[in-house]
Amino acid sequence: MNYSALKVFFQGLSGNKGWKPMWREPEPKEEYDILIVGGGGHGLSTAYYLAKEFQEKKIAVLEKGWIGSGNIGRNTTIIRSNYLLKGNQPFYELSMKLWENLEQDFNYNAMISQRGIMNLFHNDPQRDAYTRRGNSMMISGAGAVMLNEKEVRRVAPFLDFDNARFPIKGALCQTRGGTVRHDAVAWGYARGADRLGVDIIQNCPVLNILVENDKCIGVETAKGTIKAKKIAICVAGSSSQVMNMAGLKLPIESHVLQAFVTEGLKPVLPGVITFGAGHFYVSQSDKGGLVFGGDIDGYNSYAQRGNLPTVEDVCEGGMAIMPMIGRSKLLRMWGGIMDMSMDGSPFIDKTKIEGLFFNGGWCYGGFKATPASGFCFAHLLSKGEPHETALEFRLDRFQRGAVIDEKGQGAQPNLH
Amino acid sequence: MKKAKALNQTYIRQWNKKFMIINHPILGPRDANEFVYKGDAELLNRPHWTPNATKRATYAEQEEFHDYLYLRNNPAGEHKELWYHEQGDRSWLIITRDTLTHQISKVELVREFLKEKVT
Ligand SMILES: Cc1cc2nc3c(=O)[nH]c(=O)nc-3n(C[C@H](O)[C@H](O)[C@H](O)COP(=O)(O)OP(=O)(O)OC[C@H]3O[C@@H](n4cnc5c(N)ncnc54)[C@H](O)[C@@H]3O)c2cc1C
Repeated sequence: MNYSALKVFFQGLSGNKGWKPMWREPEPKEEYDILIVGGGGHGLSTAYYLAKEFQEKKIAVLEKGWIGSGNIGRNTTIIRSNYLLKGNQPFYELSMKLWENLEQDFNYNAMISQRGIMNLFHNDPQRDAYTRRGNSMMISGAGAVMLNEKEVRRVAPFLDFDNARFPIKGALCQTRGGTVRHDAVAWGYARGADRLGVDIIQNCPVLNILVENDKCIGVETAKGTIKAKKIAICVAGSSSQVMNMAGLKLPIESHVLQAFVTEGLKPVLPGVITFGAGHFYVSQSDKGGLVFGGDIDGYNSYAQRGNLPTVEDVCEGGMAIMPMIGRSKLLRMWGGIMDMSMDGSPFIDKTKIEGLFFNGGWCYGGFKATPASGFCFAHLLSKGEPHETALEFRLDRFQRGAVIDEKGQGAQPNLH
Repeated sequence: MKKAKALNQTYIRQWNKKFMIINHPILGPRDANEFVYKGDAELLNRPHWTPNATKRATYAEQEEFHDYLYLRNNPAGEHKELWYHEQGDRSWLIITRDTLTHQISKVELVREFLKEKVT
C-alpha cells in the first residue's frame, strides 16, 4: 500500500482499521543470492538499493534483535556533508543528495529537516581551517557559508559569545545539513525492501560464517543454516565479532558513545550547532527535546552504556557555548557501540574470502552515511566493483599508506 | 570505626561496579578519569624491526608491523589493556577489564609485568 495524505484521511474516516503491517515476517528460505547480516540502517538500505537500483532477486536481511535496535535507533540524527578529504567528501555529498529525495523515493515520512548546521569557531587558526574545509565542500558541490560573529548572533542570540576562554567568532555553515527521524529511516528502508521482495528476518543472530576453500557458502543462524554465495556484513559495533567468525581481524575497536535528551521545550534552536573548542553538538527534535552528545567514552566497550565522567564532560561543553542549557532537565541518556576504525573513516570492501563483503568502521558518523553506504555497498555487491565515490574505503589502505584521516590523529581510535 | 570501614568497603565495591574506579597497585582506588586509555596491551609486543641504511624491511616484516599497528582483537569480554596515569604518578598500568560489563578484575604495573616477562 502506498502512503499518501489521502490515505491518512480515508483511514481516519474508517477508524484507522485498514492499516497493514509494514513488512512481512517470513521464515528464512534455504538459499538466497545475497545475504545481508545486520538489520541496521546500512543493512536495510543495502537491501533496498540492491532490489531497487540493481534489480537483484532473492535477498534476505538477518537481524539479531529487531529492526532498529542498534545504532540506527540510538544516534543523535545529524546529517551533513561537510568533510575535508577527497576520499570522504564526494561520498557524503552523494548521501546528502539521496537524503534530499529519500522520502519520495521510498514513500515514507522520515521527517528530514534541513535546518542547517553551524560549526562554531573561536579563534583565527580555526577560522582558517574552516575556510579550507568550506572550500573543499564547495568543490564537491555541497555548498558552504562562512558566518561572522554578527550573523551568528542573529540566528542564535543565546550563545555565550563573550565567553572568556572560547569567545565565538563565527561559524562554518552548511544550510543543507540537518536532522532526520532515525527509526523512520530503518522502518522506511525495511518497508521499501520488503515491498520489493526482500525477506527481513528478525531475531535471527548469525552464529557462524561457513567458509570452504576460501569461498563463503553460507551462515549458521539461530534459525538454521542458510546458504548464499554472497554475504554482506553490516553489523556496526559488532564488526570484529562477526568477521572473526570467518577468521578475519579488523583495523577496528568497539567504543561506547552516549546521547542525551532533555525535556521538551518550545522551538529554540535554529538548527544543529557544534562547539569548536570541545566536542559538543546539539539539535532540537520535532518533539522539542534538545538532543545532544559529545565524545566517545574512550575505552573498548560492548556494554551499550557509558560512564559519568563523559556525561560531565559533555554537559560542560554544552554549558560553555549555551549556558541556558543548564536550565533544562535531562530526560534520558543511553549508549551505542561504535565501530571505531584506525583513521576514523569507514570500509566498504571485498575481503580475501570470495563472496564475503564488509561494510563497517563508521565510527560515530554513520547515520548520515546510511543512504550512500547502502547504495555503494549494493553497487559493489551487484557489480563486483566499488562505486566511484567509495573507491578509497578499502580494507588494505593502511598497508598502502592511503589512510583517510580527517583529524590527523593516527592509529588511535579513541581520538577520532 | 570498624563498621565505618566495612561500610566504606562495600561503598567502594558498589561504586566500582557502577563506575570505573581503578585500584592502582601503589596509590589505591583512583577515578578512571585520571587515566588515559592507550589501547590493547598487545601493543607491548612490538615486532622487532630495525631497518637501517643497509637493511630494508622485508615484505613479511612490513606485514607484521602493519598487523601490529592497525589490527585489533577487539574482544567482547575479558580485555587486557593499557592505561596511563597522566593526572597521577605517570605510571603505565595493564588492566584486565570485561568490555561487556566494564568490571575490572586485575590491575598491574607495566614495569612489573615486563620484569616478569624478561626473567
Ligand atoms: C549515541 C550515538 C550518536 C550518534 N550520532 C550520530 C549522528 O549524529 N550522525 C551520524 O551520522 N551518525 C551518528 N551515530 C553513528 C550511527 O548511528 C552509526 O554509525 C550507524 O547507525 C551504524 O550503522 P547501522 O545503522 O547499520 O548500525 P546498527 O543499527 O547498529 O546495525 C547493526 C545491526 O547488526 C545487528 N547484528 C550484530 N551482530 C549480529 C549478528 N551476529 N547476527 C545478526 N545481526 C547482528 C545488530 O543487532 C544491529 O541491529 C551515532 C551513534 C550513536 C551510538
